Amino acid sequence: MTDNRFVNRSELIGILLLAVFLVVILPLCLDVFRLNLVAKYLTYAFVALGLVICWGYGGILSLGQGVFFGLGGYCMAMFLKLEASSVENTKIQSTPGIPDFMDWNQITSLPLFWKPFHSLSFTIAAVILVPGIFALIIGAAMFKRRVGGTYFAIITQAVAAILTILIVGQQGYTGGINGMTDLRTLKGWDIRPDHAKIVLYFFEVGCLFVCIFIAQFIRHSKLGRILVAMRDKEDRVRFSGYSVANFKIFAFCVAAIFAAIGGAMFALNVGFMSPSFVGIVPSIEMVIYTAVGGRLSILGAVYGTLLVNFAKTSLSESFPELWLFGLGGLFIAVVLAFPNGLAGIWGDYVHPRIDRLINSSKPKSGDGWTDSSVADGAPAE
Amino acid sequence: MSDEINKGLQSAFRRKLLMGMAAIPALTMLPRPSFAQAPATSAINTTGLAVTDTEVTVGILHSATGTMAISETGSIEAEKLAIEQINAAGGVLGRKIKFIQEDGASDWPTFAEKAKKLLVNDKVAAIMGCWTSASRKAVLPVVEQYNGMLYYPTFYEGLEQSKNVIYTGQEATQQILAGLNWIAKEKGAKSFFFVGSDYIWPRTSNKIARKHVENVLKGKVVGEEYYPLGNTQFNSVINKIKLTKPDVIFTDVVGGSNVAFYKQLKAAGIDLSKQALLTISVTEDEIDGIGGENIAGAYACMKYFESLDNPNNKAFVPAFQKMWGAKTVIGDVTQAAYLGPWLWKLTVEKAGSFDVDKIATASPGVEFKGAPEGYVRIHENHHLWSKTRVGRAKLDGQFELIYETADLVEPDPFPKGYQ
Repeated sequence: MTDNRFVNRSELIGILLLAVFLVVILPLCLDVFRLNLVAKYLTYAFVALGLVICWGYGGILSLGQGVFFGLGGYCMAMFLKLEASSVENTKIQSTPGIPDFMDWNQITSLPLFWKPFHSLSFTIAAVILVPGIFALIIGAAMFKRRVGGTYFAIITQAVAAILTILIVGQQGYTGGINGMTDLRTLKGWDIRPDHAKIVLYFFEVGCLFVCIFIAQFIRHSKLGRILVAMRDKEDRVRFSGYSVANFKIFAFCVAAIFAAIGGAMFALNVGFMSPSFVGIVPSIEMVIYTAVGGRLSILGAVYGTLLVNFAKTSLSESFPELWLFGLGGLFIAVVLAFPNGLAGIWGDYVHPRIDRLINSSKPKSGDGWTDSSVADGAPAE
Repeated sequence: MSDEINKGLQSAFRRKLLMGMAAIPALTMLPRPSFAQAPATSAINTTGLAVTDTEVTVGILHSATGTMAISETGSIEAEKLAIEQINAAGGVLGRKIKFIQEDGASDWPTFAEKAKKLLVNDKVAAIMGCWTSASRKAVLPVVEQYNGMLYYPTFYEGLEQSKNVIYTGQEATQQILAGLNWIAKEKGAKSFFFVGSDYIWPRTSNKIARKHVENVLKGKVVGEEYYPLGNTQFNSVINKIKLTKPDVIFTDVVGGSNVAFYKQLKAAGIDLSKQALLTISVTEDEIDGIGGENIAGAYACMKYFESLDNPNNKAFVPAFQKMWGAKTVIGDVTQAAYLGPWLWKLTVEKAGSFDVDKIATASPGVEFKGAPEGYVRIHENHHLWSKTRVGRAKLDGQFELIYETADLVEPDPFPKGYQ
């Protein structure tokens, strides 16, 4: 890997294949209901993508990505909820014009921190900045003190637990355990009918590709190499004069912002936000998506998320009482047999054969999904 | 697997049931004689629901996995029993009911996803489902958007009413007010201490209870405490209870927390045969986990107890236990879930159609005289008229009926003066 372009030939092919899969094949094969499910799955792909940067390359295992997914999602949901709570929609309440859950909790006027969410541009800024700044604070507090590895993972879990308790406890302001439901329109445009679902799906896929390119760029830049170096031998990087903490903070913030964009997409596509995405269990699930896809592979993260969620949906539809066992079995099988996930399967078995078929004379060049210079590195944690 | 068992039981059921059914006047009211030809599908299903000449499909949507499975299993069982019995009695408009079961997995967004799947993909004629308020709130926009019909079994906080939902459980005022009146009169209670889990149902219920205690009963609420779902440490609130010595402890702690709460009450020396405790969240199902010896003497305010002594219930309990095991207990919500398929069947037959709009309009006034709780009728606001009952927990985990309202209590999901 000597070229400095942020995407090489075989990676470009991989990205194009994914684009064809998401933009052409899935919309043609699936009805709107299933397509909307894919849109929901893809919101987690943003998180998985962030984890590839932060965990796969940076070696920072965060078990609290649900926090950022939730923050992004709640920012978006607050905007949508305010729009759905117009005075005429909420006539039945004792205080019309405020979200229904506030009325149930005897709050009689809109709290101050809700007011800016009347504005869409503020909301979009908040979706990125609130989780970004939050990650900056956590990251600075941890990495400057050289807290890393398992301790960092535990702290992210604690943050996830704290935020869940906060959201559930402050139900007058957040909707509590019910979350924010019944989100209807975006700037007067109804997000619920079928054609809106299709538009939202393509919009989301567009955003996902922007994030994929950003991830590609980070990975191939000097920054990406420092991340990998730091993961494998943190002290050497520090002795070479780099500020390890700043690079870690950066990777963590990028992962947080990706997760937050996913959360905002979730609120738009599903019309719903609830604390059940913020806690420890969903956060760990998000790490599993990355692990199944292969934590070193940017595209693998997307495929891993899709695979796990498809399995989840179809297993639970076919075996409503036993499906969790099937899903657990799938995780164990993938992790035991293919430690590098789907990308490992592709890189080790499928891709070499295709290569051999196409040009058997040339030596093996850089492969599509896994960057060999990175994939060979020992796992950091 | 359960389907095979069902089939085996079906013939055994049938004779008994047909005899039992004959006693249900609701069925004899039907205008058409039972041997008449079933009406043509095109006439009774104009919106493309999953109705064929011989079958109609409904959805069952509860948590079969996750933390709520322990509570929702009873509802699944009751709904399957009701469907079984309806099929044995000839089905709905000549069609057998087939059900598709989906797992909400104790996860609210999953509930919404599965509800959508049932309505959009499977085109079910009705959904029997949801349990927690959170799952209902998640499903509600979906059933409203796709114009489905949901039969929701749990007692809940009210403040809701939808064309697309029939609430077969009690709303808060139906459950609480008569019980508070009774305990105030019977025990001369003036001071109350509220303990609840921290979410919308206990908070709304306690708000209503507080207004009633303060404004109507002229009593005092000496404490109000909330704990997160799943909390198991109640020592601090128990200390406060000991200090304030309320006449009545009024609780709506839900789920597994109950086990810790009642054990710690007992360990702290609070004897429920002397200290009055009124709960609106403990049914026979929960006592299974708490243990009869830890809660004996407490009062519960419900609309149904397994021990109710009426002919309907005498047929219902053995039928349920025959299908699901002799040790199964039947709580308030399980019974309410059992009402769902029956009310739907009666409404479809009243409307002469499976169309959701016609069912929604025909629902008010539909009465089910075969209800294990006695008799229920659907109100204009899509809730049920039902009695409020107070039972006292016994050592064996059953309740002894102490008091019931003379008349059916009117459902009032938006109570004036209580908000």
